[in-house]
Amino acid sequence: MAIPIIYNIRSVKARYVSSFVAILAIAGVVSVFVAVLAMANGFRRTLMISGSPQNAIILRGGATSEIESSISLEQTKIIGDTAGIQRDKDGKALISPEVVGIQCFKLRSSGTDANVQIRGVSDNALKIRSQVKISRGRFFTPGLAELVVGSNAIKSYDGMDLNGKIKFGGEEWTIVGIMEAGGSSFDSEVWCDHNILRQTYKGNENSFQSVTVQLETPETFPAFKDAISLDPRLTVSVEQEIAYYEKRSEMVFTLIKVLGFLVAFVMGIGAIFGALNTMYSAISARSTEIATLRAIGFSERSILFSFILESLFLALLGGALGCIIIIPAHGQMASTINWQTFSHLNFSFAISTEILLSGMIFAFVMGFLGGLLPAWRASRMPVAVALRGL
Amino acid sequence: MNEIKENQTKSLIQVRNLSKTYKRGNEKIEVLKNLNLDINQGEFVSFMGPSGSGKTTLLNLLGGLDVPTSGSVRIGDAEITSLSGKQLTSWRARHVGFIFQLYNLIPVLTAFQNVELPLLLTKLSKQDRKKHVEAALSIVGLGNRMHHYPRQLSGGQEQRVAIARAIVSDPSFLLCDEPTGDLDRSSANEILDLLSRLIQEFSKTILMVTHDPIAAERSKKVLHLEKGVLIEAQNKD
Ligand SMILES: Nc1ncnc2c1ncn2[C@@H]1O[C@H](COP(=O)(O)OP(=O)(O)OP(=O)(O)O)[C@@H](O)[C@H]1O
Ligand SMILES: [Mg+2]
Repeated sequence: MAIPIIYNIRSVKARYVSSFVAILAIAGVVSVFVAVLAMANGFRRTLMISGSPQNAIILRGGATSEIESSISLEQTKIIGDTAGIQRDKDGKALISPEVVGIQCFKLRSSGTDANVQIRGVSDNALKIRSQVKISRGRFFTPGLAELVVGSNAIKSYDGMDLNGKIKFGGEEWTIVGIMEAGGSSFDSEVWCDHNILRQTYKGNENSFQSVTVQLETPETFPAFKDAISLDPRLTVSVEQEIAYYEKRSEMVFTLIKVLGFLVAFVMGIGAIFGALNTMYSAISARSTEIATLRAIGFSERSILFSFILESLFLALLGGALGCIIIIPAHGQMASTINWQTFSHLNFSFAISTEILLSGMIFAFVMGFLGGLLPAWRASRMPVAVALRGL
Repeated sequence: MNEIKENQTKSLIQVRNLSKTYKRGNEKIEVLKNLNLDINQGEFVSFMGPSGSGKTTLLNLLGGLDVPTSGSVRIGDAEITSLSGKQLTSWRARHVGFIFQLYNLIPVLTAFQNVELPLLLTKLSKQDRKKHVEAALSIVGLGNRMHHYPRQLSGGQEQRVAIARAIVSDPSFLLCDEPTGDLDRSSANEILDLLSRLIQEFSKTILMVTHDPIAAERSKKVLHLEKGVLIEAQNKD
């Protein structure tokens, strides 16, 4: 049987100052690590819930985002007639040809400029995107210069108030409603009538940038896609909306993650040295104890194991502390530039069980690496010399 | 050698031509020189000698904590100088009980947990371990201090816990390096009484290093270590 774990736990407690240093270092790294993963996760979730499996988005062939895309008025009509699109009770296809633009507004928080995505939509937009609800005021009246502002956008920008007026694109707009989009990217957008917005952005009178349609069922998508692709009059690409947003999130998601891992890696090395130092000093302070255990008959291996365990115990405390420190950040708002559109996007930190688990695993890796060398040294200590207290 | 073995009852500990040389830089320190020693089962032997004469070195070699430069140490049927480090470790667990001048208890473990340590290396069940620990602690008179930590005990009590730890797994012999060196006279006497009792009642074999002539008087045989060799000083009954 091995050296009882209680020996390590109590020793950690007995040397609490030194232990605390290692625990804090690990906690710091774990909280940063978890925060970064939560940020990447929150960002991705915001975009993912923007898309629905039942919707399809159509862009010009080869375009990777709405900004680069263009779809003519005729093409939107052909798309609207394609089989597989959901129709409302009047038999009208649930299709929203959309125009997107970027407009600069001052942030309430810093007074600096930020880009907001303005989306011109059809009056079907709310039916197609069922996650978007008008929470205050009303939807815009088609044909009027009216805006519906996302719940994050209304909080973020100076001069955006319900029933207030703002000017851009040579037009004076009235804010008539606020929409709640369930934390999706639409919460960071401003919506208006696509026909008005088309006129605002001159030269685009007869074209849109994307068409979003609601399909009868998510399973209709392959057939719909085939129909669109095979139509010789259309030079467009079709994607399921959820896949479209997933792809859009990929780059920033990866960027946040890579940067985050880099920071966590560098900090992690620091924490490993912290653990290393704590363990080395623990072992040199306890060399007589270790030699006594060896004299009693505990093997080199059980000493090695015992001290690795002790370091892992420090890591457990550090990891748990790090998680506890960062859990309150869950749901907190953050914002970033959406690199596809260069517009401002609000999202919230989303901590999940998997992320906390990765944080703990990271802590254990640091504890293991920090404990390995000291534990090895402890196990190889010459007993007779150590017993002399040299 | 063979003839000697046949003619005499074989002793528990047989040391032959034992030498230990330490190297310090270029300097060689010959601590033990061709030392011979025989100790029988149930004997209580004291080692005396000036500081630095090699008493601790000898105990370490007998206890398998260190390896000699040359010579042989046979204990029971085992030639321990030819054991590997790993074999030596498990040999120690089965055959040697160590008692140190500064007790060497684990400060974060209770008296009970300290005494239980050697039993963790056996196949005994938790319940059996508990019985053995309680028995050992009651032999040393600390049955009522089982859940005290070392810092809550006096020096004499700590040394008694250490003795309980040394005897709990019923080793072949006990090695005591100045067991009373850090104690006052009356605590020292209690420890010596206890060691004598272990010889009389439990027929243990005890090898004790001491600077204290009063302590040495308790043993049956006192050996003086000087200039690397042993000289028998007195032989009381
Ligand atoms: N690891 C070592 N390296 C070099 N020299 C050593 C080592 N261990 C012991 N010595 C030397 O060996 C000699 C004998 O030491 P030892 O500890 O055995 O003496 P001792 O009789 O127990 O002394 P004391 O009564 O002070 O405890 C001393 O000169 C000591 O300095
Ligand atoms: Mg000594």
